[in-house]
Amino acid sequence: MEEFSLSTMIAVFEEMFGAWLFWAMVAVAVAITLAWIYVLVRDRALSFRKYLVAQLSMPFGAVAAVWFVMWITNSTLADIGGPIDWIVLLGVAVLGAIGLAILVYVVQSLMRGRQSEA
Amino acid sequence: MRDISKLTASRRAFMGLAAGGLALAAGSGAAKAQRVSTRARIVILGAGAGGAAIANRLMDRLDGAEITIVDGRSEHWYQPGFTLVAAGLRPASYAVSGTGDWLPRGINWVQEHAAELDPESNVVTTTGGQRLEYDYLIVSTGLVLDWDAIEGFDLSLVGPEHGISAHYAGPDYAETSWRALDRFTDEGGVGMFGRPATEMKCAGAPVKICFLGEDIATTKGNRGKCDFVYNAQAPNLFGVPVIHHRVRQIMDERDITYRYSHVLKAIDPGAKTATYATPDGDVTDNWDFINVVPPQRAPQVIRDSGLSWADRWTDQGWIEVDMQTLRHARYPNVFGIGDINGVPKGKTAASVKFHLPVVEDHLVSEIAGREGTRMYDGYTSCPLITRVGRAMLVEFDYQDNLTPSFPGIIAPLEELWISWLMKEVALKATYNAMLRGRA
Repeated sequence: MEEFSLSTMIAVFEEMFGAWLFWAMVAVAVAITLAWIYVLVRDRALSFRKYLVAQLSMPFGAVAAVWFVMWITNSTLADIGGPIDWIVLLGVAVLGAIGLAILVYVVQSLMRGRQSEA
Repeated sequence: MRDISKLTASRRAFMGLAAGGLALAAGSGAAKAQRVSTRARIVILGAGAGGAAIANRLMDRLDGAEITIVDGRSEHWYQPGFTLVAAGLRPASYAVSGTGDWLPRGINWVQEHAAELDPESNVVTTTGGQRLEYDYLIVSTGLVLDWDAIEGFDLSLVGPEHGISAHYAGPDYAETSWRALDRFTDEGGVGMFGRPATEMKCAGAPVKICFLGEDIATTKGNRGKCDFVYNAQAPNLFGVPVIHHRVRQIMDERDITYRYSHVLKAIDPGAKTATYATPDGDVTDNWDFINVVPPQRAPQVIRDSGLSWADRWTDQGWIEVDMQTLRHARYPNVFGIGDINGVPKGKTAASVKFHLPVVEDHLVSEIAGREGTRMYDGYTSCPLITRVGRAMLVEFDYQDNLTPSFPGIIAPLEELWISWLMKEVALKATYNAMLRGRA
């Protein structure tokens, strides 16, 4: 491959997940991020209790992300071959972990409303 | 005060720098898209991967050119997907789109085939009798599969009833071929694989389907009752020595039998036998499943046109182009893209991708009164699937050198999941971008 631009990357992801699923996932990710920024601005503080619960959810996010990618690419963990495979897989896991942590934080904040630190 | 003026100056400098950067970015974009005015008549034969992509590129680069593309097929086939279809990983529809979907606006699409080509008088005559005169001709017809060369074979035999697979024949045949492979890997027996002795598109594909079949049988728990035999046409399993050794090693590891210099010449679907020509005479073997890949040649209209090599590949008819500029050796206003080119390597979509900028450069430069500079080094690529979930991203050039796109990151001879991802998900997206002239 000669060059690897942003538009190629987007085309690759559209191909990987299907255009609808891909853009739906992008929309969900953007919505969650905006909601997170919203609760941070609203509360004007990072709640460490919520943050702790969010952190506990991280392994689940990591596993779910890896499982999802394996499923969508007809692969299994046994297919992981060399170092680059582990790096990519680790990247997927980290993204899943961070994504779920932010989601859990947002959900707690929105459900419980504005709370003071106990 | 001095401080303020300094601040203003530096801000202005910053703004200037930003504006300059923007101008530079815009400028480089403009340079890339700089259009050349011309009244040239360009005819493109074939609207497959090469034809559609060069049409898009030339429409971008040329202003006022009269570009005609000749192709009678309404369907465009994504051929790199056939292996995935034949392994049950994708439906036939995965490899099918419309020819018209990929053609640029403003092009004249003649929905017929070429019937006659006269490079002396620069005229193409179509099957519908249209006479197309050209100043420049781009030959991107692809090749034809010579099924008749396999005695006893007929495409109607493809499928699980006879245990015959022919995934090169098209998306629907690839899907029917999967049903044959599916049954074989359920019921067991002897599976025959192999490749023709002619030049062929994607020389890795017969190896891939053999590896995939073996992996599918293993996953089903039926490997013990399936034998896999790979018949190579030459004294090697792959034309590039380093890749040959790697493929041989994997076949050894996975107990796949390989035989050198065995070329399929006939099958008997009733008796389920196949006859191979070998240096020691013909050999006939039994099979329960066979994957047939036929000899491949240039279309007859090209072979009749006088564009073919006179002293090389005489039974195949590939056109005589310079291996670096892809310009015809005897007719300088003729260029070749893709499978039709008589060059030592590279009948793959990856090669097409690297043919495109070379032909574009030499053609557009000539129209602009300059000389083209880009050269094709024989690059081709083959994401060599070794099992569902793993592949080796082998890339090489005319010199049999490995030319990895991601050196130090994606090892070419290592079975990797990332290389599988390249083949299974990234390739079609890049291919589609290439067709639109964007990659």
